[in-house]
Amino acid sequence: MMVFNQLETYLYLALILFAIGLYGVLARRNLIAVLISVELILNAASINFMAFNRFLAPHPAVGQVITLFIMAVAAAEAAIALSIIMAVYRKLKSVNIEQATELRG
Amino acid sequence: MNWLSSLTTPAGLATGAFVMVVAMTMLGALIAVAARNIFHNVLGLALSLIGVAGLFLYLNSPFVALMEILIYVGAICIAICFAIMLSAPMYLPPPPRHPLKILGALAGAGLVFAFLALLTKKTTWVAAPARSDDWSITTIGHYLLTNYVLIFEVISLLLVVAMLGAIVNARAGRGSS
Repeated sequence: MMVFNQLETYLYLALILFAIGLYGVLARRNLIAVLISVELILNAASINFMAFNRFLAPHPAVGQVITLFIMAVAAAEAAIALSIIMAVYRKLKSVNIEQATELRG
Repeated sequence: MNWLSSLTTPAGLATGAFVMVVAMTMLGALIAVAARNIFHNVLGLALSLIGVAGLFLYLNSPFVALMEILIYVGAICIAICFAIMLSAPMYLPPPPRHPLKILGALAGAGLVFAFLALLTKKTTWVAAPARSDDWSITTIGHYLLTNYVLIFEVISLLLVVAMLGAIVNARAGRGSS
């Protein structure tokens, strides 16, 4: 059994990618860096879908279709997030999360 | 020397390429979250996404691998580069980070990692009883326009709304010309 023909290999890879992305979301203060980390998390989800699709699913087209949907939603999310970052930068002259506190109660 | 000769067999070559792809993915992800320079972060993200496309190749779907490179590396990374150029100048030093917060983030991510790794280890995965081996792109197209046609249409609507929203959002405060 080759290492790249096992489901667990891909699950652990996706898990490591997810943990790295989660650390980025929690630790970084730059809005763009947070967006980059979110993209890593979405990719971890895609790898999981593709791995289950390859090894377990009844039909191999379903996981690929879902991965394509994830990519489309990620593109929409990135466009919206970048426009919000632009608006925040124009208002605050900064892309630091800790300075965007106008909605604090 | 034994492993070196095993590298020349097809299986050895495939394993070597797989290790390289995995190293690319992980190194890119680490650069994407750990480097202080925001531009290095984007380059690390691009490297990591190319590695993920390689993983998709190993998972039997060259079509999704190509889409990954096209959409993520070609569109999203470039859009992020534009956002970086339009926002805070890079020569300003980033504000120092509190080490306790870094530690907290490490602990949180580590806890989630440990929990999910335990879950993956404990579960026995059962394959579907009847599995088709039809990997062609034609079938993906059929599925997109029959079983998943509603999601397909809703996602195209979502993309239009997202684009309009992004334009309106980014134009706000620019005067009413």
